[in-house]
Amino acid sequence: MSQYRMQIMVCGGAGCSDLNSEAIFDNLQLEIEAFALENEIQVVRTGCFGLCGLGPVVRVMPDEVIYTHVSPDDATEIVSEHVLKGRKVERLLHKDPVSQKILATEPELSACKKQLRIVLRNCGIIDPENIEEAIAANAYEALAKALTELTPDEAIKIIKDSGLRGRGGGGFPTGLKWEIARKNQAEEKYVVCNADEGDPGAFMDRSVLEGDPHAVLEAMAICGYCIGAANGLIYIRAEYPLAVARLKTAISQARQYGLLGSNIMGTGFNFDIGIKYGAGAFVCGEETALIHSMEGLRGEPTVKPPFPAESGFRGKPTNVNNVETFACISPVILKGADWFRSIGTEKSKGTKVFALAGKINNVGLVEVPMGTTLREVVFEIGGGIRDGKKFKAAQTGGPSGGCLTEKHLDTPIDFDNLIAAGSMMGSGGLIVMDEDDCMVSVAKFFLEFTVEESCGKCSPCRIGNKRLHELLEHITKGKGAPADLDRLRNMSRVIKDTSLCGLGQSSPNPVLSTLDNFYEEYESHVTAKKCPAGQCRDLMEYFIIEANCVGCTACARVCPVNAITGERKEPHIINPEICIKCGACKEKCKFDAIIIH
Amino acid sequence: METIKLTIDNRAVEVPRGTTINKAARLLGIEIPVLCYMELKDMNIENKPAGCRICVVEVEGRRNLAPSCATNCEEGMIVRTHTTRVLNARRTVMEFILSDHPKDCLICAKSGNCELQSMAHKLGIREIPGQEIAAMSTYRLDTSPSIIRDLDKCIMCRRCEMMCNEIQTVGALSAVNRGFMAAVAPAFEQNLEHSTCTYCGQCVAVCPTGALTEVDHTPDVLRALADPSKTVIVQTAPAVRAALGEEFGMEPGTLVTGKMVSALRALGFDYVFDTDFAADLTIMEEGTELLDRLNRHLSGDKSARLPILTSCCPGWVNFFEYYFPDLKEVPSTAKSPQQMFGAIAKTYFADKIKVNRKDLVVVSIMPCLAKKYECQREEFSTDNNRDVDFSISTRELAAFIKQANIDLNNLEEDDFDAPLGESTGAGVIFGATGGVIEAAVRTAYELQTGKKLDRLDFTELRGLEGVREATIDFDGLPVRIGIAHGLGNARKLLDDVRSGKSQFHAIEVMACPGGCIGGGGQPLHHGNSEIIKARAAAIYAEDKKKPLRKSHENPFIIKLYEEFLDRPNSEKAHHLLHTHYFERKKKIVVKQ
Repeated sequence: MSQYRMQIMVCGGAGCSDLNSEAIFDNLQLEIEAFALENEIQVVRTGCFGLCGLGPVVRVMPDEVIYTHVSPDDATEIVSEHVLKGRKVERLLHKDPVSQKILATEPELSACKKQLRIVLRNCGIIDPENIEEAIAANAYEALAKALTELTPDEAIKIIKDSGLRGRGGGGFPTGLKWEIARKNQAEEKYVVCNADEGDPGAFMDRSVLEGDPHAVLEAMAICGYCIGAANGLIYIRAEYPLAVARLKTAISQARQYGLLGSNIMGTGFNFDIGIKYGAGAFVCGEETALIHSMEGLRGEPTVKPPFPAESGFRGKPTNVNNVETFACISPVILKGADWFRSIGTEKSKGTKVFALAGKINNVGLVEVPMGTTLREVVFEIGGGIRDGKKFKAAQTGGPSGGCLTEKHLDTPIDFDNLIAAGSMMGSGGLIVMDEDDCMVSVAKFFLEFTVEESCGKCSPCRIGNKRLHELLEHITKGKGAPADLDRLRNMSRVIKDTSLCGLGQSSPNPVLSTLDNFYEEYESHVTAKKCPAGQCRDLMEYFIIEANCVGCTACARVCPVNAITGERKEPHIINPEICIKCGACKEKCKFDAIIIH
Repeated sequence: METIKLTIDNRAVEVPRGTTINKAARLLGIEIPVLCYMELKDMNIENKPAGCRICVVEVEGRRNLAPSCATNCEEGMIVRTHTTRVLNARRTVMEFILSDHPKDCLICAKSGNCELQSMAHKLGIREIPGQEIAAMSTYRLDTSPSIIRDLDKCIMCRRCEMMCNEIQTVGALSAVNRGFMAAVAPAFEQNLEHSTCTYCGQCVAVCPTGALTEVDHTPDVLRALADPSKTVIVQTAPAVRAALGEEFGMEPGTLVTGKMVSALRALGFDYVFDTDFAADLTIMEEGTELLDRLNRHLSGDKSARLPILTSCCPGWVNFFEYYFPDLKEVPSTAKSPQQMFGAIAKTYFADKIKVNRKDLVVVSIMPCLAKKYECQREEFSTDNNRDVDFSISTRELAAFIKQANIDLNNLEEDDFDAPLGESTGAGVIFGATGGVIEAAVRTAYELQTGKKLDRLDFTELRGLEGVREATIDFDGLPVRIGIAHGLGNARKLLDDVRSGKSQFHAIEVMACPGGCIGGGGQPLHHGNSEIIKARAAAIYAEDKKKPLRKSHENPFIIKLYEEFLDRPNSEKAHHLLHTHYFERKKKIVVKQ
């Protein structure tokens, strides 16, 4: 491998790829070749940097300079200025929206501060389509260590001692899961990687698979060695074509290098990995449903026990872990349980990747130690609320998680604290809401998703969630009554208590947690028939302040339903009976005369 | 056996490992209500998707309520079945289910026999909160020749799906759509007619609600009866008399042959005949065909294909036409008793009473829904006039009798009319699994050996075992017989025939578990297999009572051959009493 004095890394994650980062890569390559610098400067297409809100992103190493919102035409300038003259291209640097300061390098970017990258250790650094880069970054060293220095029981003990818990949502101790699968004797066993990431807005698993696929392959092989399985399967949604392509490349390269297949590293251990495609049903993230889907059956959960560790894929003992969990395995094996235990809180060890979304300045992917407070995540790493608005709530755990509020800002985020706060870790989605968000509508929004994604097998989830959604809709239309709030609570509790799988058992969480934390907002919807956040259309009333209105008639002319009347140079009025609350008048008014009640 | 001790509602109980909480509770006399769950013990049929969530209970130490039907007992478990948490959850879940169910009980075919209705009553549901804003999941009504699917009434218990796939291996029904619109339907939500449905009706037999019902032909029958220009005759299948009484509060297994005849007369049928007569005729034709093939086979004729398969069951005929078309030359070409009856009635009998076949309406009372389809098959019509005009099920007949305010319990017993009402015990046992082949053996033995049988009860051919095998000694010639009931069992047997693994001379197949007595048109047994057994016992009791128990001794059959058909398998017999089979390929049709 040749030594380069400089590397230009182009983010090849799905977000930046969709914004044409491929062309940036090609143009940079052409420029470098034009100056005959290909032996000195390397252009790399990497996985996701996590700075998705700033994409497409280009990083120049070793200067650690990050260029944001780069277009393919910028390649010339990056090469002529930065590479040849050593001058940063100022206009492509990120400007802090609050302080207006230019943040040129990775350490300066707030999104990168406080992060600790274990899962995402290689994402954005290596070329995911080149196994040699992965190997140079220690890939397969942990597998070698396990195969040559550790017995399966010893390896499981390290995982158990590390305190690693499943990152898919449940938080079940990974080592214990492996141990159970190991103890269930069978001729055939399976290792399954759950890559059916389905929470809207969460994409950490996709990022790992796109940016560092070998981390997952290696961990699956280690798991196979530990539990006594020779077959691995990755269940991935077909909507992740880039991840699928990179996985396929990684698998074939690993086979070529003797890191998958028979007699791995000459140790006599056999393990190979296949890919199974999912059609994108959220419920298939539930492990029994996932297994049924892999078997070609309808993706529906079944009652546990039996757990997959006893009877899983084709009735054989099967260990299912999600992508992020697997991505933790190799560092744990290499650096030891104590190292991993030293990160995080008492019962939640290591780090957690969060997908920041919503009304936050730095949207994207961040990895922080467990126990980081919500305040740190939202205000330091996330860069605070957009447009200087006030923080209202953060939804964690995806559509079936709950809302955390201001009072939770200083709670260290870990599995147990989130559950105690009425939410859950889930896969790590974190959606931030500000003062403009109506919490009744937020609950309705999330429920809409679970109603759509329920498999329909059990009645509380199939019908109950629909009824919850209908009642929320009713309330946001101003038709609710105070008694409806008790009904919401009762239905939610029963759905949680009686549903067959995790989907229904958690789908009412957004309703319950908003009822708990924002009860007065619900009350206002059903008693005063007002939406305090001014989001519920049916509860709004547009109103003209007489004192401000100069009678310019602009509003009356723009109103599509002729709800506004008034003489020229006289204050106008809006007829609420006719008004359809489209907001056109308010937008048009230059005198701030129109307000919403 | 390893046992487990646990406490249910503060009472200790000890059960074998693998026992569910629900069954353990039953041992204590605690009936935890179940809705989707269903068990047919002796046939190893169990449906427990744990989907309805009605049977939930509280298990100490568990975060959520557990479905008692699908949760196994564990050592030291503490279970509570009626805490306020459980009762509230059960009621709320029931309200959910009812909120998405039509409230048209008044005109629903299942009213009074609906498990959802009973459960609503049991749980004391008097109103459904929020019904005024609740959307309903609605679907296109699907009407086939035999079965109506009204999925608005489907509660996703999945019983039909289990019967269709696991028991019958027909694979016509499976869950489609997701969430609120999930339902059980043929692939791509096609109509049943475009699926591989055999119309066995087992889905209808287990459906707890009115989602799956038979096509009701009683209005057509009533119209024919009311038309003075028509002569309306009726035939009744053997299994009907063993179950009809249940609909009138009689014990399962009560034989109501004579009362049924009186009721049919009271309903206005001009002649009341017996399908058993045609069953005897079937034995003459099928038995002769068997002996012909057997003897040709024994003499080394390679074209004689064995085993011969029975062909009385229309569900079974549909099944092999879909799944085993390569074996379509193997089954007997004999028509089913229903169709033989129709063919004789519209020729021989019509001539006898000097009525044009177009003015003679033949109605059959069948334990079966596939018979509705069978009588509509094109090959069973002459000049667009069906041999059997309408087929109605035991359930429909019961309803018809009730509509006419006839009290079956208090009717005098009456006899079938001659000539098509006379039958032997051999014809009666057609109603139970193994009966057709036993009847065939009684005749074939005597015809083949020329000797008189000393015993007539071939108990080795009876029972509820899914696949049975027996060798009958034909005076030195061992005749190997296979029996299957339930199409899944038939598939196993057929796969063995196809692969050459099995060496049978004759095989009897009945599509429904238990045979016709467990047919899709019978009074609902709600999963109680004791009822099936009682019906079988009644059939064999009727056989025992009959003075004649061998088909070839039926004097009216002998007379029929003398006067009309010449001899079994004659050219005329072939023309009227035999058929042929088709390869069926199903086309996907775009949804209307």
